Amino acid sequence: MKNVKISGLSKVLLLITAVLFASSLLVPMWQIQLEAPQYPEGLVLRLHANKIGGDVEIINGLNHYIGMATLHTENFFEFTILPYIIGGFAIISILLIFIAKRKAVLSFLLLYVTFVILAAIDFYRWNYEYGHNLDPNAAIRVPGMAYQPPLIGYKQLLNFGAYSIPDIGGWMLTFAGILMFSIVIKEYKFNKK
Amino acid sequence: MKNKFVKAIFAIVLGSALVTSCKPKNSGDAVSGDAAQKAYVAPGKYDEFYNFVSGGFSGQLSVYGLPSGRLFRVIPVFSVDPEKGWGYSEETKPMLNTSNGFVPWDDLHHVEMSQTNGEVDGRWVFGNANNTPRIARVDLKTFKTAEIIELPNSGGNHSSPFITENTEYVVAGTRFSVPADYSNGDVPINTYKENFKGHISFVKVGKEGEMDLAFQIVTPGVNFDLSHAGKGKSHGWFFFSCYNTEQANTLLEVNASQRDKDFIMAVNWKKAEEYIKAGKGKKQAVKYAHNKWDEKTHTATSEIKNEVLVLDSAELKDICYMIPCPKSPHGCDVDPTGEYIVGSGKLAALIPVFSFDKLMRAIKNKQFEGDYSGIPVVKYEAALHGEVQKPGLGPLHTEFDGKGNAYTTFFVSSEVVKWDIKSLKVLDRVPTYYSVGHLCIPGGDSKKPFGKYLIAYNKITKDRYLPTGPELAQSAQIFDISGDKMQLILDFPTIGEPHYAQAAPADLIRNNGQLKFYKIAENNHPFVTKGEKEAKVTRKGNRVDVYMTSIRSHFAPDNIEGVKLGDEVYFHVTNLEQDWDVPHGFAVKGADNGELLIMPGETATLKWVPKKIGMYPIYCTDFCSALHQEMQGYVRVSPAGSSVPLTWSVGTNLPKATK
Repeated sequence: MKNVKISGLSKVLLLITAVLFASSLLVPMWQIQLEAPQYPEGLVLRLHANKIGGDVEIINGLNHYIGMATLHTENFFEFTILPYIIGGFAIISILLIFIAKRKAVLSFLLLYVTFVILAAIDFYRWNYEYGHNLDPNAAIRVPGMAYQPPLIGYKQLLNFGAYSIPDIGGWMLTFAGILMFSIVIKEYKFNKK
Repeated sequence: MKNKFVKAIFAIVLGSALVTSCKPKNSGDAVSGDAAQKAYVAPGKYDEFYNFVSGGFSGQLSVYGLPSGRLFRVIPVFSVDPEKGWGYSEETKPMLNTSNGFVPWDDLHHVEMSQTNGEVDGRWVFGNANNTPRIARVDLKTFKTAEIIELPNSGGNHSSPFITENTEYVVAGTRFSVPADYSNGDVPINTYKENFKGHISFVKVGKEGEMDLAFQIVTPGVNFDLSHAGKGKSHGWFFFSCYNTEQANTLLEVNASQRDKDFIMAVNWKKAEEYIKAGKGKKQAVKYAHNKWDEKTHTATSEIKNEVLVLDSAELKDICYMIPCPKSPHGCDVDPTGEYIVGSGKLAALIPVFSFDKLMRAIKNKQFEGDYSGIPVVKYEAALHGEVQKPGLGPLHTEFDGKGNAYTTFFVSSEVVKWDIKSLKVLDRVPTYYSVGHLCIPGGDSKKPFGKYLIAYNKITKDRYLPTGPELAQSAQIFDISGDKMQLILDFPTIGEPHYAQAAPADLIRNNGQLKFYKIAENNHPFVTKGEKEAKVTRKGNRVDVYMTSIRSHFAPDNIEGVKLGDEVYFHVTNLEQDWDVPHGFAVKGADNGELLIMPGETATLKWVPKKIGMYPIYCTDFCSALHQEMQGYVRVSPAGSSVPLTWSVGTNLPKATK
């Protein structure tokens, strides 16, 4: 089977993809917004590629009532490798412009999708861990209650409403995925020789 | 015959109906239909203006919202406030230090907001102490008293704390003339005329607000009452009303009301600055306290200063001029253009309005009618723009709406009267309930008034609210002045006795960089505890220092043993929270002072000298969380000479003592 070269437009899209990957490192990827009657202004956890940001100290302070472990960037190995992975994606996107083969783009898309699935599983695992591993001596113990934030979407956790949604970086990654998917569709469906 | 009788009865009935219908309407009728709507601020919505109202003999400053009249906060200034630990915590005690030692109370009469280019700028509010003469500066980023300066050579600082248009100076004038602190004060009281002097003080205000007593002007002994700075064209001048030019020292009620006219003293402070540059001021030995609050150490320091520069008004020409003003003038108010100076003779039946231009001309052409102890007295007519005829009885104070109108309060006839500054025609009048003193229009004494509301601060409350025994609430009333006619829209009770007040658009202060909490990393308190691991108790002789932290919802340490009778215990409590609106309190049983109220990131110290052997609970006084009631601990007090070792802990029971 012959390796088909990708079009100039696809190269431009790949460049944009690379820029999206690279700049997503500068902004938060994911956010968990918390709302409660006592916090009309809201609290937010912002997950960057390399750290936890937002109102971490305040949320840690509140979580001690239910006995949730405190959140610290250094407790997550993910924050040490994520910047390299995403940085690597940016470099691969650039390299693809020079390789310029549609099969290579397809392979990268499959790799990226695999990454996203693994990342989601990892995120769920941590959410589960923090939501269920509670100090048995905590002041507030509600039988059967776990405080696992939703993977994505909304969930009520006692007096807090938790929204787990992508932040700017997350949307950039999503858009990068869509661009790659578009390139693959374009190259396979419309460029049949 | 019978018919005539019926007719007569009918005539009497009709007549009395007419007479009763002529009876003045009461306040119920004075409130029109849409008043509630105009004063209504829906739950969760903000007011349009902040209103800073003097607390009078409470010594404090209260903060209200306009137009709702809701009380937001009482800022402790000159009086101790056990609720907030003001004057009780070791850190705040120096704020109330004076040359007479610790003074726990004063009488705050007037407030003035800082200005830039003659407009309210939302940085600071100044307040005066009318008893032990002082000026305080409240920082509007923290709503906390940041600085207090005492004024020497003064008795009762009443004509204060009025400011110049760029907050170059905040002034003070002595209400009671007294022998100067640098002269012998041990003289017979009836030697007033020779020994008693007036001093007016010019306190320089720095970029960060820091105050410095730049100079004083010594004047003949009179009572200085109120003052206002010139603005625009009259910037560089200050106007002080004075009474008791009779120089009476007893029964002033009669003896200080003899002369037909007293004075408004015009002070050319730029000229005074020139004299100082030329070295004409005399340094005099005095004693006064200057107290400053430090945001980083959360601690006040008090410094006693020993010198003041004094200029002699009689000797140094062209600084002071006297303008005759009828009948013991009280209010002395300058209109937004700086051209008109309104004097309110409190016993007069007219309001004289002086013209700055005419005053300058009169001084230039030496239109004087003589002098008062060496100060030239300008001819009344030469400086007069005109008189408002028959405005009411007992004019006190005037504010402006920026649309060419003036509003004057009348104590005796209990009303506010609106009049045109240029034509001097009375335009409208409304009754107040009862006997209004000061009034306030937001920005109403600045170059840029916000002429939407007028607040009258009344001296008599009587039947306005549900009765509460002999002592009643003080009262204020809000009028909508956006139309041609003033309309009463709300009564609201106030603390203390409200004298002067100032108001500014809410956004100006809300958006000035309001502090939400203190950063713990920047806390430089000498006894700060920056984490529970640093919590400890130390002993040096009989002084015990407890380095304590508070965070929802426990103290560290919360078990302390080894305190002995005769010890002086200092609880230095650091609130470790770093979030808005999470203060913690601290109280210990038997403390003979107040509580501590500690803002997030702040450290405060309570001194406690236990007087009996036993167990002393400590607890958090400000409901901080669902587990606030659990935020408590114990201090064990043993006899003097006991061998119980000094121990402290939190969360662990130390090994049971052998004894």
